[in-house]
Amino acid sequence: MLPEYINSTLKTPVGDVWQVASQWSRKDLWETIKVRWNLGRMNYRVKPGLYAIGNPDENAHIFVTANFKLSFDHLRRALKGMNAWMLVLDTKGVNVWCAAGKGTFGTKELTYRIKAHELSKLVSHNKIIVPQLGAVGVSAHEILNNTGFHVIYGPVVASDISDFVKQGLKASPEMRKIEFPLKDRLKLIPVEITFGGFYLLLVPALFFVLAGLSLSGYSVDDAWYRGGRAVLNLFAAYFAGCVVTPALLPWIPFRRFSVKGLISAWAIAALLYFTVGLGNSLVEIVSWLLIMGGISSFLAMNFTGSSTYTSLSGVLKEMKISLPTQIVGASLGLLGWIVSLFI
Amino acid sequence: MLMFGMTYLKNVVTLELDTEKCSGCKMCTIVCPHNVFVVQDRKAKMINRDLCMECGACSINCPEGAITVRPGVGCAGGIMQGALKGTPPTC
Repeated sequence: MLPEYINSTLKTPVGDVWQVASQWSRKDLWETIKVRWNLGRMNYRVKPGLYAIGNPDENAHIFVTANFKLSFDHLRRALKGMNAWMLVLDTKGVNVWCAAGKGTFGTKELTYRIKAHELSKLVSHNKIIVPQLGAVGVSAHEILNNTGFHVIYGPVVASDISDFVKQGLKASPEMRKIEFPLKDRLKLIPVEITFGGFYLLLVPALFFVLAGLSLSGYSVDDAWYRGGRAVLNLFAAYFAGCVVTPALLPWIPFRRFSVKGLISAWAIAALLYFTVGLGNSLVEIVSWLLIMGGISSFLAMNFTGSSTYTSLSGVLKEMKISLPTQIVGASLGLLGWIVSLFI
Repeated sequence: MLMFGMTYLKNVVTLELDTEKCSGCKMCTIVCPHNVFVVQDRKAKMINRDLCMECGACSINCPEGAITVRPGVGCAGGIMQGALKGTPPTC
């Protein structure tokens, strides 16, 4: 059975080509929401190859994208009302930017697709529009050498394509810049939340059970009281690292993500301290500051991979100090917390 | 509002430009998503070097081979995975 986003089949000089809808269906939207929650994200693909939007002819523009369905969907939606060709590269279901970093969205695959789908017979021009972030893997002058096609780099964001086309395939300086606005950061938070997976249950459960230990044997009351607090503090730290830090990223002081995460954790710890309390003894309180700081700092550091502006050299430099600090800090905190059970 | 903005660590990136080789084709100004380059008097110039994220787009799109950078992902998760598996950092 054909996927539901395919409307019909178009006869072309290079054979039959699937014509796709530019409108998202309810199913597309629902699947997008699922993928944003990391459900089936690694296997959300369309078949690589040539597609049509509207009724393109030999003069129509060719837009290149990845076979991650979210990338494909954003492109077809951006091409609404146009007659255009879509060339979908086989990126193993990975988005344009990440695939370009890996090289699967790259010169070799683009060269192969241009030849395999006989684009020189399909269109009478020799221009091919590649998303700007694809330039990480595509070398425009090599494509020209290999295929005779001129790569034109389109805007960073698909929703600017319509203006880009109206301006005669020219991107304004704003279209060339990658931003990282709140709206985009919020879209990434659900995947961050799923990061902990099974450990989100296991770790709080272990704390809860251990919390019943004391010098006078095992106390179920202590498990409820100190264990309940432990579960709250752990989830608060997780929240600080996966939600607060990404959402408030530019407003939290310091450049290192790990330090931003530490600040978020301690801000929330302060909030807890003045409301429900952070611990019964100084040892317990300090232990929680260390544990919460370590967890949130580590999670925030992981958000470098989702951000649009961190470099490999920078992250390596950050990790060199931050990773050992997080491990030592959280371990000392755990030790301190266990000690606090017996005093 | 107080803003600390979106600039990462200073003076760490491996980006280098050999102005001698540059022909002023402007390709680097087109592909760079962080506005690192400008072309003045037919020569590229780095104006925002600390904004570079080492994606490598400028380097592979420079027909003269005037730009070098160690490309890679600025991704702590990818770096740890790479270290554990003994592969290059990848996300």
